Amino acid sequence: MQNTTTLPTPLSPWRQFTKQWGTTIFIILAVVGITIWQYILNARVTEAVLASTIRQATPLVLGALCGLLGERSAVINIGIEGQMLLGAFVGFLANVWTGNLLFAVFAAILTGALFGLLLAYMSVTLKMDQIIGGTVINILALGLTGYFYQVGLTTKGKLLPIPLGPLADIPIIGPALFNNPPITYATFILVFVVHYVLFHTKWGLRTRAVGEHPRAADTLGVDVYKVRYVNVILGGAIAGLAGAFLTLEAVGSFERAMTNGRGFVALAVMIFGKFTPFGAWGAALLFGFANAMQTQLQFADIKIAHQFIGMLPYVLTIVVLSGFVGRTHVPAADGVPYDKE
Amino acid sequence: MTEENLALEIRNVTKQFPGVLANDNVSFDLRKGEIHALLGENGAGKSTLMNVVYGLYAQDEGEFFIDNKLVEINGPSDAINYGIGMVHQHFMLVPVFSVVENMILGAEVTKGTSLDLARARREIIEISQAYGLEVDPDAIVENLPVGVQQRVEILKALYRKANILVLDEPTAVLTPQEAEDLFVVMRQLTEMGVSIIFITHKLKEILNVADRVTVMRRGKVVGHTSPKETDQQGLATMMVGRDVLLEVAKEPAKPTNVVLEVARLSITDERDVEVVKDISFEVRAGEILGIAGIQGNGQTELIEAITGLRGADSGSVLLSGEEIPFEKPRYLVEHGMGHVPEDRHKHGLVLPYDLADNMVLNTYYQKPYAGQMLTRDQQTILKNAYGLIQRFDVRAPGPEVNASTLSGGNQQKVIVGREFSRPLKVLIANQPTRGLDVGSIEYIHKEIVKMRDEGVGVLVISAELDEILSLSDRIAIMFRGEIVTIVKAKGTTREQLGLWMAGAHPEAAV
Repeated sequence: MQNTTTLPTPLSPWRQFTKQWGTTIFIILAVVGITIWQYILNARVTEAVLASTIRQATPLVLGALCGLLGERSAVINIGIEGQMLLGAFVGFLANVWTGNLLFAVFAAILTGALFGLLLAYMSVTLKMDQIIGGTVINILALGLTGYFYQVGLTTKGKLLPIPLGPLADIPIIGPALFNNPPITYATFILVFVVHYVLFHTKWGLRTRAVGEHPRAADTLGVDVYKVRYVNVILGGAIAGLAGAFLTLEAVGSFERAMTNGRGFVALAVMIFGKFTPFGAWGAALLFGFANAMQTQLQFADIKIAHQFIGMLPYVLTIVVLSGFVGRTHVPAADGVPYDKE
Repeated sequence: MTEENLALEIRNVTKQFPGVLANDNVSFDLRKGEIHALLGENGAGKSTLMNVVYGLYAQDEGEFFIDNKLVEINGPSDAINYGIGMVHQHFMLVPVFSVVENMILGAEVTKGTSLDLARARREIIEISQAYGLEVDPDAIVENLPVGVQQRVEILKALYRKANILVLDEPTAVLTPQEAEDLFVVMRQLTEMGVSIIFITHKLKEILNVADRVTVMRRGKVVGHTSPKETDQQGLATMMVGRDVLLEVAKEPAKPTNVVLEVARLSITDERDVEVVKDISFEVRAGEILGIAGIQGNGQTELIEAITGLRGADSGSVLLSGEEIPFEKPRYLVEHGMGHVPEDRHKHGLVLPYDLADNMVLNTYYQKPYAGQMLTRDQQTILKNAYGLIQRFDVRAPGPEVNASTLSGGNQQKVIVGREFSRPLKVLIANQPTRGLDVGSIEYIHKEIVKMRDEGVGVLVISAELDEILSLSDRIAIMFRGEIVTIVKAKGTTREQLGLWMAGAHPEAAV
């Protein structure tokens, strides 16, 4: 059999490398450069910024992992925000009532999973428009938490940092990476776990196949509905964990609408990260860094209106999503309900 | 032959879809090691029957026997376990996956919790060598030519130890050469003990490769035969239920003035490859110019430029003597160009729209389809649809069904109806009968010749040599973006055409 279509001339290895990794390397170098420069000028502030970067990034990574599990199996989850908020709220209440932080974290995860199940039911079984399904969850979350929230509930502590021995004393990165509370550590591990599951296991192969060409998976005996349900529920659980991070680890209390758009930024992070866990992690760190800088710059004596500095992370979202992402491969069946016959 | 030699027996299958009885008490049997062709027009129920056997659809009635044992098939996994493999008309491959990933999906080999890609790779190489089907296990499927993708599909079935192979219209997407290669592979497979059900509506292929033939029409089995007992004409009559003209009947052309002129056109595609190189030709009113060529030699881009879907680097296209603006399809519609596009799903129809809307897709904004102010005249649009459905024999429940629910042949008739019913000066028909059965081909050919006789200049592009030869008055042969030569169709042989299409120099070949 002959192939008469002319293939594009392959790029030289160097050009291919720069094309694929250029932006990433540029951003990393810029961030590392600024960090070292700042560290020389003011060590304490720089360490604070780095620690804050990690803190800000954690819920974004978790949200992005939630989103990409769904979208890899072709279910768009824009209800991450709501799942996070509900997880945060239930985790907080569980902490108030029982004082058992571990139990509270599990309550948050379970809540997220439950609303993952709701999304899966709407989008897989009922074949509802997935954007509407996600919006339902977001509105439901705002309404439920707003209605049941009572001012004046006092918490019984929050998750505290666990320094990892001598690692925590490494200059610059030690305090940021190795002196964190448990959910932050769990997030590091989850990034690796989700990557492993997606790209190195049977389940991951099936998930990606279902996201790309569900009928092909179906003809090979893969249960498309089950794959979607499980992924969306797992995603919800991770979003719940992100909620737990907010109320049980970062702040220690609940406020109305405290997720503050993190679920949506997480979606941007997921897309910027090209639907991969490590990509999402890198993107989340960048957003976290922008956020941390923003806070830090507000204190600094710079003659720019603080409103503009406050915009930094959001401007970054727009710039990144409109320009820098380039060609991201979105799972081909993303957002399309699957009909068997 | 005795009962013991049956690989698969299907007894009395009935399958009802809303509004259509797709299979009506159908029985079918497959002997071990044979190629049994299942012949029928589009929508005759061939694919439905096979999807039932493969467990994708549940039958309303009927039973299956494999090796003479009654079996229940409730899903594709059951079918796979019983050794049934199916190569679907639209490939069931994940385009962004590698060959290995596609092969193991659903039958993954693992080491601990991880996929064992290395082992899978070895197994695939072994199988592909055993069956003589070479394929690069690490290639990404979307980068492979269709013929190779099909090979991957066949290997996928063999990897699952299939000994009954269902090929659903496997040649519809192949070039003539690729199809020949496939037939060689099919014969090889039967020698190795695989039994093959070969679904098709191409008569020549059946005579070429099949051992037995079962013919279906409108959901029923209407007869059995074998290539020894019949010929193309006999098969066509059985399939369509009436006598069919296989040759195009046409008078000699009476060409008049030039209606379409392409002058020194060059096109560079998205990958920066010059796919059309300084091409010039003209089409006169009342003649059919055929463009022959193996796919991927620039025909697609050439036609896209002529029909307003793509720009060009240099050169011009003149419609009735006036230079056309590129990338302005509406201008062309309004100036008398009709276009039957190559990819009917992508450029011909809006699949989720109903037939009535599809039939006014390029004229909806004009009177009489546009009503007062911003409204549309639904009555006229519907009336137009009823008229075209009847005139072009579209088999559909009515104008309000979605285009996606029709079979390929009927979808093509919707497009043909829309384009041919407008006042035309030039008609561009790109692969006008791809994937259609003889009944529909006969009809569309007749309509094209009728357009010509009414004084329309027709440009036909086709990968089917027979179609080009019988339909065209003159033939232009394209190779690597250039026109090798333009000849009169009369007196040109298949072999000559084939040589030119493969790049032979015109003087050398004549």
